[in-house]
Amino acid sequence: MSNEKQYPDSSRRKALKGLMGLPFVGGILIGAYAESRKRIRAKRNILDELNIEAMRPETSGDMAGDPIRVGIIGFGGRGQHLVRVLGYATPSWFQLMKEEENEDAVKAFREQENLNVKLTGVCDVFDVYAEEAVASFPDCKRYRNYEEMINSPDIDAVVIATPDHWHAPMSIAALQAGKHVYVEKPMTHHIRETYELREAVRNSKAVFAVGHQHRQTQSFITARDVIKKKVLGHISLVQTNTNRNDDNGAWQYDIHEKASPRTIDWGQFLGSAPKIPFNKEHFFRWRKWWAYGSGLSGDLMTHDYDRINCVLEMGMPKYVAASGGIYTHHDGREVPDVFQVAMEYPDFSVGSSRPKGIEKGMTFMYSATLGNQFNRSTILMGHDGTMELGNTLTIYADPGSTRYKNMIESNLIQPEVPIYSYNPEAEEVDAITSATAKYFADKGLLWTYRDGKRVDSSLLHLREWLGAIRNGTPVSCGIKEGFEEAMSAHMGGLAWKLGRRMEWDPVREEIIALPGEDLDAVLLRTNVGEYVLET
Amino acid sequence: MKDQWKMAILQSSHWPAAMINQYHMNMQYSKNQLFFLASLRILIGWHFLYEGLIKVFNPGWTSKAYLLSAEGPLSFFFKWLGGSALADAADIVTIALLIGIGLALVLGAFEKVAAFAGIALLAMFYLSHPPLPGLENAGPSEGNYFIVNKNLIEMAALGVLSFFPTSHLVGLVYYFNRSKASPMSNPKIPQEVGNV
Repeated sequence: MSNEKQYPDSSRRKALKGLMGLPFVGGILIGAYAESRKRIRAKRNILDELNIEAMRPETSGDMAGDPIRVGIIGFGGRGQHLVRVLGYATPSWFQLMKEEENEDAVKAFREQENLNVKLTGVCDVFDVYAEEAVASFPDCKRYRNYEEMINSPDIDAVVIATPDHWHAPMSIAALQAGKHVYVEKPMTHHIRETYELREAVRNSKAVFAVGHQHRQTQSFITARDVIKKKVLGHISLVQTNTNRNDDNGAWQYDIHEKASPRTIDWGQFLGSAPKIPFNKEHFFRWRKWWAYGSGLSGDLMTHDYDRINCVLEMGMPKYVAASGGIYTHHDGREVPDVFQVAMEYPDFSVGSSRPKGIEKGMTFMYSATLGNQFNRSTILMGHDGTMELGNTLTIYADPGSTRYKNMIESNLIQPEVPIYSYNPEAEEVDAITSATAKYFADKGLLWTYRDGKRVDSSLLHLREWLGAIRNGTPVSCGIKEGFEEAMSAHMGGLAWKLGRRMEWDPVREEIIALPGEDLDAVLLRTNVGEYVLET
Repeated sequence: MKDQWKMAILQSSHWPAAMINQYHMNMQYSKNQLFFLASLRILIGWHFLYEGLIKVFNPGWTSKAYLLSAEGPLSFFFKWLGGSALADAADIVTIALLIGIGLALVLGAFEKVAAFAGIALLAMFYLSHPPLPGLENAGPSEGNYFIVNKNLIEMAALGVLSFFPTSHLVGLVYYFNRSKASPMSNPKIPQEVGNV
């Protein structure tokens, strides 16, 4: 004791008390380094195992050369959007953006790529729309009807953004006149014209594309690679949804104050539809009636069907069943506002990690309501993993997985933590993401990313079509994809109307009808009025 | 040069407290008091240092998502920061502060500066995701909090440390001090700084 007091700071004791932090620092350093190495190695192991490439989509070539002279048929909401993407915005749009203080939209428009297009024609049966186009764009001429436009020597290509019942007749006529066609979805309104359009495309040298712009979304292109690398194992169920809960989402669009029989060419609007007196609600809210629209099956399910068809390439279903009704909008409409479709693919498989022959077959589910907007995400459910697909892409290993069994047992993979997360907003791919990153997920129908920049996917889709016209590059949604989209939607509509499971004959490529049954008559059956099918 | 550092470390236990109050410059504790105070200092230092180092060793780390998901009355500031060009700088500053504070507390030098810097940094964390009733996205957490969360408690603990320094008894300050003379037997340094 006395010694200690006399020499209280023996060098050993001094060092012990003075430098006792050092071993802690060393330990923490080693601990942090080892932990980080472990995480990085785990991440690399998983990424090596998965081997997914966040692919850059193919570019559709140069836009140089003479401008392509485009005519727009249908200058309503969607038509105006497509034309804007082609580089033509109306003064009233700028005004609207100013009122909404949406400077970003204006900035995006000014910065968007010039697709080298000359808008030389507009065709709209509503004078106000057509005249606005003519007044806004100097080279744009108004054509009184689509036939005049497609036979004009001043038009190389047409963009069709009309009600559904006009898609096929206009596309066919344009292709026969040698004009390139970009048609909005759904590709057709009934069965017979689907075959006719396919024939017209086959017999034409012109380029034909269907407006499923999400095919340009980068996450979907990455998802194709995920499937190719068999990351999910055998997919037995795909879940897709529409959830909307507002008037616009339920197709209750505004009726223009200037709408009248004097400003609307009603006869031309009707086309093949039942000949009924002028009705402005039918004109502006045409999606609510079978005579002009296709209900949820053609209008919105086609988006989800094509999103999955673009990733899985599952093609035509064998069976289609449907349910639903008008439950949220008893406002005179005749198309359902709550709608479910189950498509069966008994022979389909993207590959299996289990003994041969055990796994085969898949159901594609679509479920929609226009009375609730809770976000149900698109989910692809495989034996080895689950993929959540939107603008971002997240993959979870399944606890019962065969492929990842060892990695799960050795704690390298935790089923509740994503094994792969692709967020094009971030610069790099991350194998393990945080819970907060999930906040940034999005459905991904409107825009996507190229080189970290936000781009309108419709612009990329139109660019692809224009690239095909200029450079002969392929289109991602052509007649094969359009045919599958249209026919599967028609099967959904028929199943709902007939209350019967519809069956597809893959050899004859037709929807199987009962003896004497006219499926087109069923599909087009409407309360609007008497249907007279042209023969 | 070496001596200058030594002096800086030595005087660190007096600054900036020297500007506030100096009565605790030479504080002595019972064995148990010293054990728990020094332990608290090292444990908090450990926490900061480890958080900082983990981020250094994970090159993909960024505070962006954390900032962008900010909530509460000051969320506009954190969201702006996360979305601005300063976000990268914020990452570097955060890491540097975590490591600097951690080292100071574990090693026992500049402990007052470190304690105040730690309080400031934790205040930012606290304010960006305050556990206030009605805020749902206060970040994923392992417990349940109402106004008081672990950030707030750690802030209070750092406040205690700043007024109950221990590095002159356990840590680098002690080491360099003792190499000259014991502050207990020779209270020269505090006198130089100036007693009350």
